[in-house]
Amino acid sequence: MIKLTINGLEVSVEKGTTLLEAAQFLGFPIPTLCHMEGLSPYGACRLCVVEIGEGPRAKLVSSCTYPVEEGLKVRTSSSRVVRARKMVLELLLATCPQSKVIQDLASAHEVRKQRFRQEHEDCILCGLCVRMCEQQMMAKAIGFRGRGKNRSLGTPFDIKFEECRLCGGCMYVCPACQLRCTYTDPEKAICGGCANLSPPCLEKEKFDDIMCYLAPCVACEIKKD
Amino acid sequence: MEKLNSLSDFKDLKERLDAGREPDRPTIIIPAGTCGQASGANDLIRAAKREILARELSEKVRLVITGCHGFCQMEPSVLVEPGRTFYPRVDTKGMAKIVEAAAQGKVVEELLFLDPATGKRIEKQDDMPFFKKQVRTILARSERVDPIRLYHYIESGGYGSLAKVLEKGDRAWVIEEMKASGLRGRGGAGFPTGLKWELLAKQANGKGKFLVCNADEGDPGAYMDRSVLEGNPHSIIEGMIIGAFGTGATEGVVYVRTEYPLAIKHLRIALRQARELGLLGEDILGRGFSFDIHLVKGAGAFVCGEETALMRSIEGKMGEPRQRPPFPVERGIQGKPTAINNVETWANVSLIFAEGAKAFSKVGTPKNSGTKIFSLVGKVQNTGLVEVPMGITIGEIVQEIGAGPSGKTPIKAVQTGGPSGGCIPATKFDLPIDYESLAKAGSIMGSGGMIVMDERTCMVDVAKYFMNFLKDESCGKCFTCRKGTQRMWEILDDISRGQGTPAHLDLLEELALVVKDTTMCGLGQTAPNPVLSTLQYFREEYLEHIKNKRCPAGVCKDLILYSISQKCTGCMACIKSCPSEAITGKAKEVHVIDAKKCIKCGACMAVCKYDAVVVT
Repeated sequence: MIKLTINGLEVSVEKGTTLLEAAQFLGFPIPTLCHMEGLSPYGACRLCVVEIGEGPRAKLVSSCTYPVEEGLKVRTSSSRVVRARKMVLELLLATCPQSKVIQDLASAHEVRKQRFRQEHEDCILCGLCVRMCEQQMMAKAIGFRGRGKNRSLGTPFDIKFEECRLCGGCMYVCPACQLRCTYTDPEKAICGGCANLSPPCLEKEKFDDIMCYLAPCVACEIKKD
Repeated sequence: MEKLNSLSDFKDLKERLDAGREPDRPTIIIPAGTCGQASGANDLIRAAKREILARELSEKVRLVITGCHGFCQMEPSVLVEPGRTFYPRVDTKGMAKIVEAAAQGKVVEELLFLDPATGKRIEKQDDMPFFKKQVRTILARSERVDPIRLYHYIESGGYGSLAKVLEKGDRAWVIEEMKASGLRGRGGAGFPTGLKWELLAKQANGKGKFLVCNADEGDPGAYMDRSVLEGNPHSIIEGMIIGAFGTGATEGVVYVRTEYPLAIKHLRIALRQARELGLLGEDILGRGFSFDIHLVKGAGAFVCGEETALMRSIEGKMGEPRQRPPFPVERGIQGKPTAINNVETWANVSLIFAEGAKAFSKVGTPKNSGTKIFSLVGKVQNTGLVEVPMGITIGEIVQEIGAGPSGKTPIKAVQTGGPSGGCIPATKFDLPIDYESLAKAGSIMGSGGMIVMDERTCMVDVAKYFMNFLKDESCGKCFTCRKGTQRMWEILDDISRGQGTPAHLDLLEELALVVKDTTMCGLGQTAPNPVLSTLQYFREEYLEHIKNKRCPAGVCKDLILYSISQKCTGCMACIKSCPSEAITGKAKEVHVIDAKKCIKCGACMAVCKYDAVVVT
């Protein structure tokens, strides 16, 4: 058992536990985007950062990937952490404003506007779909390629192949297309952004064949008309 | 080559080679690294061989082809021993004269280096201002050794340190010596090498351990590692074998970037030679320990210079960094303990055991021992690779070794550490070069790039250039690094085009600090350094761009205007050089540039002999 201090409270956890799990055990809320229980942690979104250490050597690390250490001092909401989280949320809003998950996270942290050039991308490259496909659906059909601006997600060489069983698991976990807005009445839909979405890694015509967990959903309702 | 099976075999070989040495025989040394070959050293080599054969001097004059010596500005150059005569920028006619003179022990006066400061010719290399203040422990070896002749290396003392270490046979002593030497990693972070080796040695031996030489050298403008790999690949191999003995490593990997074909060629030859001689493989020199090294080529990603991404690349996966802890010494390639060191670090190892840790630690300063090779480039007169003791001041390097500004305007700043480093203004040139003081000034030592900038360099443009490089090279895993570098570049681009606002500056600083704090690997953590350091020391330039829409250095294309002053004599040279036909004018009349057609390439300024082209 490893003993460490989170926000001044001592907690004892098993070796191999991450800071995120330890903090959640104590009830401290830490926002996450690319983390999901059942999938290995990735550390891509940087929302779950916490401050560890003290004095000039204190630094921010992603709590979902950092293993607990004996005697570690952790702060989950110091001013440095909050500043970082707000900027990350601003960047997220500047990239993918139509995602309700991101919108909810932003308003929970009182981020209402962003100061960058607005973009409308439908993938934030969080890697949830890749890990879902590999670890839970045992298919390993999609993956990352390229770096920087050219980083994208898809099947090898973008061709259809049998490894992808069209299970829809990737769409189920995706925060960008995960619509909690389930209004079947298009007029009552909050922003209508869902109507403009297309799953980034599968072809559009296949949308109807997939076991879609989002039904009833505005996009399908609108398409039916 | 006959295989050596024991230490006494090695000593016999060394004695035989020593017996054949002729230190007084005239020797012509031609540096032919990538820079030398690019400037025509191959022609010189052919000319020298022709002359030697034609004059039947094969028994009298020796010709040695080596790697880069460092004074790249003056290549293709020739060094004549014994006498250490240096001839800069030689052509084939000059080569013939040099061969003739060398055979007679004479010097060709009119081809010697002319010092622009004194107007006098200097004969010996060590008297030249470029070389005087250098302490060339590593680069001097490149002068003596033909990189693909193993016997040369042994004759000049190579593999002697390995023999010493194996004879003593004490692994713990190897680690203690490394710690006593105070050598710090030359890749940029400056982690004590002895400590890293101690941590690796402590790991359990069961599954095998890796030693890696990081030869990815991604910083634009840095080529120190390239010169050592091309000029003295055996020094790296020797260092790694010593390291393997001390730490218990079983496998070695040299990860070299594909963009260094000559380095790869020389490394392959050197590895083959070392294996043939029995210095790599099973039961090395009969001492009961085995170690071999294989080569892995990079595929063009700057991020693969980061150690965790490098390990993934060696394993054949996409080069993405991962969080540390666990550190590579605990869990590295294929899960086995791994120690990764930079090329220059490995090059220092055999030196430490040759002269002893105590003597080594006397060079430099107490916490920063040894020398460091810098690639001095930019707006300075003498560009090339310089090897200086730690603790020397920036001013000494720039003004004395570099001989001051190369252009008409004074030097404004120096950029150290490549895209991860920052700019240090001229007012701070009395700072000593060591890991701590550079970090305090807002920069980092990095792998050794040193770019000199003058008044005609725009600091906003510099920050934009590095941010452009980093946004393309970011692996893209961390959201803040990928998007942060893109957005920082966007803001800098807006500012450089006169579309910046004061709010942009605050946003830039805020974003830079968050990117620095939240990203996982060194690339993202140091990416904001060029921005933050230029904001700290050159904020007025940013404000000029924002408030007055003006670029004081005359660089940012959208904010400058090229025009021709009354100094114009009407020679029409610029009209011919203009690629967009924007200049009009008759002979002997002042010419005019049409601002609408002008693409601000600067070709007219380059050809004008009368200084008539003005940038505002």
